[in-house]
Amino acid sequence: MAYTNNDFKKGQPRWCPGCGDHFFLASLHKAMAEIGVDPWNTAVISGIGCSSRLPHYMATYGMNTIHGRAAAIATGCKVANPDLIVWQVSGDGDGLAIGGNHFIHANRRNINLNMILLNNRIYGLTKGQYSPTSPRGFVSKSSPYGTVEDPFRPAELCFGARGHFFARAVATDAPGTIEVLKAAYNHKGASVCEILQNCVIFNNGTHDAVYDKVGRAKNAIYLKHGEKMLFGENNEYGIVQEGFGVKAVKLGEDGYTEADVLVHDAKCEDNTLQLKLAEMEWPVALGVIRDVEAPTYDDSVTAQIEEVKAKKKYHNFAELLETNDIWTVQ
Amino acid sequence: MEIKEKESVVVRFSGDSGDGMQLAGNIFSTVSATVGNSISTFPDYPADIRAPQGSLTGVSGFQVHIGAGQVYTPGDQCDVLVAMNAAALKTQYRYAKPDAAIIIDTDSFGPKDLEKAQFKTEDYLGEMNIDPDRVIACPLTTMVKDCLADSGMDVKSMLKCRNMFALGLVCWLFDRDLDVAFNFLKEKFAKKPEIAEANIKVIQAGYDYGHNTHSSVANVYRIETKNKVPGRYMDITGNKATAYGFIAAAEKAGLKLYLGSYPITPATDVLHELSKHKSLGVITVQCEDEIAGCASAVGASFAGALAVTSTSGPGICLKSEAMNLAVIMELPLVVLDVQRGGPATGLPTKSEQTDLLQALFGRNGESPMPVIAAASPTDCFDAAYQAAKMALEHMTPVILMTDAFVANGSGAFKLPNLADYPAINPPYVPEELRGSWTPYMRNEEGVRYWAVPGRQGFEHILGGLEKDDKTGAISTNPENHDLMTRKRQAKIDAIPVPDLEVLGDKDDAELLIVGFGGTYGHLHAAMDELRNKGHKVALAHFRNINPLPKNTAEVLKKYPKVVVAEQNMGQLAGWLRMKVDGFVPEKYNEVKGQPFVVNELVEAFKKIMNK
Repeated sequence: MAYTNNDFKKGQPRWCPGCGDHFFLASLHKAMAEIGVDPWNTAVISGIGCSSRLPHYMATYGMNTIHGRAAAIATGCKVANPDLIVWQVSGDGDGLAIGGNHFIHANRRNINLNMILLNNRIYGLTKGQYSPTSPRGFVSKSSPYGTVEDPFRPAELCFGARGHFFARAVATDAPGTIEVLKAAYNHKGASVCEILQNCVIFNNGTHDAVYDKVGRAKNAIYLKHGEKMLFGENNEYGIVQEGFGVKAVKLGEDGYTEADVLVHDAKCEDNTLQLKLAEMEWPVALGVIRDVEAPTYDDSVTAQIEEVKAKKKYHNFAELLETNDIWTVQ
Repeated sequence: MEIKEKESVVVRFSGDSGDGMQLAGNIFSTVSATVGNSISTFPDYPADIRAPQGSLTGVSGFQVHIGAGQVYTPGDQCDVLVAMNAAALKTQYRYAKPDAAIIIDTDSFGPKDLEKAQFKTEDYLGEMNIDPDRVIACPLTTMVKDCLADSGMDVKSMLKCRNMFALGLVCWLFDRDLDVAFNFLKEKFAKKPEIAEANIKVIQAGYDYGHNTHSSVANVYRIETKNKVPGRYMDITGNKATAYGFIAAAEKAGLKLYLGSYPITPATDVLHELSKHKSLGVITVQCEDEIAGCASAVGASFAGALAVTSTSGPGICLKSEAMNLAVIMELPLVVLDVQRGGPATGLPTKSEQTDLLQALFGRNGESPMPVIAAASPTDCFDAAYQAAKMALEHMTPVILMTDAFVANGSGAFKLPNLADYPAINPPYVPEELRGSWTPYMRNEEGVRYWAVPGRQGFEHILGGLEKDDKTGAISTNPENHDLMTRKRQAKIDAIPVPDLEVLGDKDDAELLIVGFGGTYGHLHAAMDELRNKGHKVALAHFRNINPLPKNTAEVLKKYPKVVVAEQNMGQLAGWLRMKVDGFVPEKYNEVKGQPFVVNELVEAFKKIMNK
């Protein structure tokens, strides 16, 4: 069945004017319409936070649950009903601070969830405290003299937890966002999409380098599996390997030519170079960084049940009772 | 040889944690149940995984009570104590009656063993004031080795059969038919027939040893069988019965059973049991923590499963947030709390009833939740079934409380016929409401309808934020919040539960004993003993604690004296006082981590009557 954005829209979003969540929501509606799964076979599950209001603006099934638990709740939902397409939406606080444990274990188990991480590097709903993705030294209401801790890098956590899919997009970049959302849907298993999203009130400008088209042309690289990693306004830059890492070089300078530029391999089982790409500060890597097939938890649960059903001789409660040592009292 | 006819006998097997006392006890109880004796068992195991061999902290026990008529408890003290080593004798003798027969393995009472058990001299019987005439002292280890000398087994494997020698000896003492034990072992070790054969050989040797050597010193007991209820039976622990109750309820409701859990003593056996039954479609997810256990169950419930999460008190602390989510989203969920000693990590392997107020109140906001407590190992089945039915039909989380005593204890379970159990009908949203339905529309009983994802036209959003009664949208309207709070409360209050039953002298008791959950057997036995002594006593035991049975006030106010006896500092008494105006009971409270002792209850209740 063909769907339009409107088939997935509901209500009037209450986010601040200019909030990155507005942009992301529009892209999610469009991506879902293009994916074409029925709204009634789709569940959108969030935790608590500004971005976790999102399910209220979806014409699908959904839950706006409790702080940090979205991934755990989505896990039960997907495992109990594998036919549902489950989108799990969290912010950086919800997903990586209070919900960090569930985030890593959903990745490790490889639950077939589309996991959206809206990263604005700040707590917005509680009005401006630093988050686990705020940079060291970040000044906020709860860190008036700057934070004294290092942030998480979401890709590092995902890879550390043996995640098989990681993609990144900028909230204002609709085509880029829709592309990663569709890739996440098409990937079987836990698919993490980090969405760089601006909080206009408490952390305005945090993603400025890549937040508009001009900035992205200069400061971002769109990774495409199987293609050379070229970027810049005229593709004058490329990513090359250097020692154990990667670096950005200008072609024609220092003897680098296009032949030196690496070809992106999102399907490579070994995540070493993918991690290097995800962690580059310049350019910022966008698109699907890692997309590797692996058995999913929910499929494995179903397969195991079928396997045991075929092997065992009891298939209902009455037959289960008969598997015990039974005696008869006359 | 004297043959003693007895109404009931208690046997306690004790030894090192690795000595297989539980297996010996299980076989003995099965053998006894097969001839129609009633049985009640209780394992008493240490918290250490494997304390040093022969040490005092490494002793584990398994007590079996067998009776001609109904037995309600595993018994206060034992008539026969099996002590496989010096440490077992040292720590377990206090559970023996003054005239109990004591079986010891003299091979495990060497100088080193005595030292580990902190005996000061070699006269260990003298040190403990044990009359040697009561002791069946045999070189058990030596005899097991002799018996298996030709088996080709290594010594370590041979020694694993020591428990079977003790079992054989006990079977002789009680004149038990060994065939049942043999069949049990053949089935248990079906894949290792040589192990089964060795065990069988050793049981027979133990039996023969008793028969040949000790016929002059020991009594042989006979337990006749009275009040037999014909039928087919199995031995079942409380945790297994709980798991079976969930399986039965899911089948009756036509739903998938989902368990989200995290290992915790003493609840883990429920996870073990359910994870075995994939052929019934049971899904078990061992989660990353207690929080995810409950949260994932909430997700599974939303997706349309019978969702369960199992834990003990410390886990309830962590689950309470997600339990509250199920309260406000009005989704079915069963939360199993197998209580243990607290607070914090407390006494992980011991039993208490100290989580009652946590179950009733341990959440933020007005958060009413039904609470059900199982009375015995076999009652766990019915209690779990009732909890699941209540959750599904009233769209609410339900707390099912058992405790370590009930969970690990076992009893003879008459095989249930699922056809005899009431239907389970969740309030699925009727098709004709498509188009006009909103998520908090309620049926006549005040229960929200259930729209499971996958149904076209019923897409909706639930959540932890308060919702508008009519539209289901987020609402902070003060009147609406007040209304929703009252509707959630009214829904729980309206759940029908059976009337409180009064046992014993229900018309003219001078004392009414009141309890809940796993103390049922001990309170019943105490009542029986007081009535045997001519007192007028009745017992009212609560299974449904929230909502309370409708006749609660009537029962509690009917008798001149009421004592609420519980393994906490008075939590049920406090709850009843809150719900029944002017109710001021006597209280009997004990928080030792051990089951009540019937004799102590009897003495305490006598004092209350004489006040």
